[in-house]
Amino acid sequence: MAEKKAIALQVNGTQYTAEVEPRLLLVHLLRDVLGLTGTHIGCDTSQCGVCTVLMDGRAVKSCSVLAVQADGAEITTVEGLAQNGHLHPVQEAFWEKHGLQCGFCTPGAMMVAIGILQENPHPSEEEIRQGLNGIICRCTGYENIVRAVQHAAERMPG
Amino acid sequence: MAKVFGAAVKRREDPRLIRGKGRYTDDIRLPGMLYAAILRSPYAHARIRKIDAEQAKKLPGVVAVFTGADLEGKVGPIPTAWLPPDSDMKTPAHPALAKEKVRYVGDGVALVVAEDRYIARDALDLIQVDYEVLPTVVDAEKAMEEGAPLLHDDVPKNVAFHWQAGNDPAPAFHEAEVVIRQSFRQQRLIPNAMEPRAAVAQYNSGSGEMTLYITSQNPHIHRVLLSNILGIPEHKLRIVAVDVGGGFGSKIACYPDEALVAFAARELGRPVKWSEGRSENFQATTHGRDGIIHAELAAKKDGTILGLRLRMVANMGAYLSTAGPGVPTILFGLITPGPYTIPQVHVETYGVLTNTTPIDAYRGAGRPEATYVIERLVDLLAMELGMDPVEVRKKNFIPADAFPYHTATGLEYDSGNYQGALEKALKMLDYEGWRKKQEEARKEGRYIGIGWSTYVEICGLGPSQVAGAVGFQGGLYESATVRFHPTGKVTVFTGTSPHGQGEETTFAQVVADRFGIPVEDVEVVHGDTDRIAMGWGTYGSRTTPVGGSAIAVAAERVLEKATKIAAHMLEVAEEDVEFEGGVFHVKGMPDKQAKIQDVVLQAYLAWNLPQGLEPGLEAQSFYDPVNFTYPFGAHACVTEVDGETGEIKILKYVAVDDCGPIINPMIVEGQVHGGVVQGIGQALYEEAVYDENGQLLTGTFQDYAMPKARFFPMFDTDHTVTPAPHNPLGVKGVGETGTIASTPAVVNSVVDALRPFGVKDLEMPLKPEKIWRILSGGKKS
Repeated sequence: MAEKKAIALQVNGTQYTAEVEPRLLLVHLLRDVLGLTGTHIGCDTSQCGVCTVLMDGRAVKSCSVLAVQADGAEITTVEGLAQNGHLHPVQEAFWEKHGLQCGFCTPGAMMVAIGILQENPHPSEEEIRQGLNGIICRCTGYENIVRAVQHAAERMPG
Repeated sequence: MAKVFGAAVKRREDPRLIRGKGRYTDDIRLPGMLYAAILRSPYAHARIRKIDAEQAKKLPGVVAVFTGADLEGKVGPIPTAWLPPDSDMKTPAHPALAKEKVRYVGDGVALVVAEDRYIARDALDLIQVDYEVLPTVVDAEKAMEEGAPLLHDDVPKNVAFHWQAGNDPAPAFHEAEVVIRQSFRQQRLIPNAMEPRAAVAQYNSGSGEMTLYITSQNPHIHRVLLSNILGIPEHKLRIVAVDVGGGFGSKIACYPDEALVAFAARELGRPVKWSEGRSENFQATTHGRDGIIHAELAAKKDGTILGLRLRMVANMGAYLSTAGPGVPTILFGLITPGPYTIPQVHVETYGVLTNTTPIDAYRGAGRPEATYVIERLVDLLAMELGMDPVEVRKKNFIPADAFPYHTATGLEYDSGNYQGALEKALKMLDYEGWRKKQEEARKEGRYIGIGWSTYVEICGLGPSQVAGAVGFQGGLYESATVRFHPTGKVTVFTGTSPHGQGEETTFAQVVADRFGIPVEDVEVVHGDTDRIAMGWGTYGSRTTPVGGSAIAVAAERVLEKATKIAAHMLEVAEEDVEFEGGVFHVKGMPDKQAKIQDVVLQAYLAWNLPQGLEPGLEAQSFYDPVNFTYPFGAHACVTEVDGETGEIKILKYVAVDDCGPIINPMIVEGQVHGGVVQGIGQALYEEAVYDENGQLLTGTFQDYAMPKARFFPMFDTDHTVTPAPHNPLGVKGVGETGTIASTPAVVNSVVDALRPFGVKDLEMPLKPEKIWRILSGGKKS
């Protein structure tokens, strides 16, 4: 077993330190070490996007980031989206527009949606569909996810 | 109070799921928990000479390594639970870990249990297995040939069953003026629920109780099967599946893996977790479809269909999975006549074993295959006769006044108005308009096609007596308990096991509507065999028609008792009491009333109940439907084929579905969207490919083309409403309609687009390369 490395990172506003194997994936750090199981794992080849989180404000697939690479980073997971008991506009929109069924890809899909809206606050349907290319959802047929992103775009400042 | 039955109530599941507070199996972490990993065969067919696990056992952090020999007397074989009768059925033994032979890439060989998931995976690489590689067969028709490699000694020619249904079609073919002959391949698909399978087992050696958290569509079926496999009495085995991340049929089956996890927890006295990776899921979770159907259709020159003769060769994979044999037989064969009056139909199915992952139900399960065949045949007939495909359909529809309608395959269609759904779809599409656009486009050298699919499906599985008659090793009724609590809140316990379909909401709507209470006051509990009396689970679009009906019946029983108490409180006879909007009142005296919450409280206080009436207010129902349900509809797809690249673009998609009265239109629409996309996935993108050595070439999301958001336009969906006459809600089910309807609509559309090239049929999936070859005159690249 390789020597463990000490890392320090902020997750959802809370500072954490951990001793981790260099090979430990960020998603396993979040789920298995920090107990933040809202971020799910849907594949092992970085295609499905289910594990997407925000790292220093950018949407990244947490299965493709090593925990040691996240040393010093600020991470936001689905558990950190709601502020002071108020849902994030993207959470509200997914609920309002029936943008989820089984809910398994949803945390990742919402993070991807936030990523889309950060880059382009008023995307067209086409741009939203392109932006969702990094997420696989087997339940919704995507239409209501697209509607949710549109709905959130109308309600978010920016 | 606004009516909640029929309202687009926002889902009650969502607040936890959008906050990351779902309770999926892999989220569970128990004190002292170990992690399991399964060593799987890299060969499709091989004899195991020797397994050496010594090095793996020495790896620090490894707690145990088990092989097939260790399971002797502790883990029994994995059973098959759907055995269609009169089919010469052979069910070869399926050991939980292969001992003598492996039969597909992914067959389990050894189980490692370690302190963490990384160590468990490391240990797999240290197990040495000496294999003697054997000849392999992956194609079902080749597997039936003389001299083909034999998978199981007790299954001659690899034919596990041969099933037939229908009547003698010879007279129809004798009378026929035109006969259409075509073979259709149903490519193998991979269900790919976004949550891979997982299991967490906890055993109490003192009490003998085992709790097994698994990704299941049917916890009670898993309980009875695993009870047998593990030798744990049923009352000591608890199966829990709260949040399940999609199933699409792949979480019906009883797999070896979940049994192995429970076994390890019992052996080691510590909780054990196993989480399937996606690559493992591609190999070790059941696949869907995979068969070839040789079809013949007899008709008259005016387009009247006379008869249908089908021979299906179904690839079942290496072992017969739990419900596998029921899919290409009962669920396929009986519905092959579709929405048409076809007096003579004969279907036969060969179920064949090959060196591939076992096949089981996948969304639609048998009905997409049947619908594809008849809907393609109808289009081929129209083409042959120079008729409009819509006219051929109208000519052969079962008329709306002919229900209940008995098919040549022995089904009784409960209700329908096929013409009504089609007329609605024709208007929504502007069919004439698109035909004009198509003509104009062709003049410009553009290829637009319009494709139809008018379908009927069999779901709401189903009457238990029929389940028994068709060899399903269980009942198909459903249980429900509706319990009022003293404060007027309600808990509903359902034996169905929704995993994305939204019944925590729709069931709450049914109950809230009946009792006149807020939806928020109703909680729906599912997925736990300790909390729910009995259940058969969620599949076959049965949850709402069967499970919902059970709830409706139980709610009615609650109301009957509440009415007695209310009458007593109001000091009138029971028949003088009316109930509406949550209030009991005396007939003709609207002021003399009692709220249901007050009646409930009295039921629990029991200070003054009618003579002989027990306290408490809850009721149970075991609702057994008298028939299946038969949703139907008309779907239309407009595509354009890119003449340069062969790429297919969907320009418009119209879906008119009739699932009976709609409880929640938002949820129904979502089911249609998802189903349509899965069906289009089969038509255009998805295909599991094995090479001749049985290696799965499409073993990751990099190689297996899953539908993505950018492939689709917005869909136009609407409904007609024809209630099922035999259940209390009139509902029919909508979980599979989209998948059943959309595949032939898309293929019909593309074939229509390519008519200028003389194209009559195309094999799915319609990948650009395939189309490009046709467009470029069949030349090889």
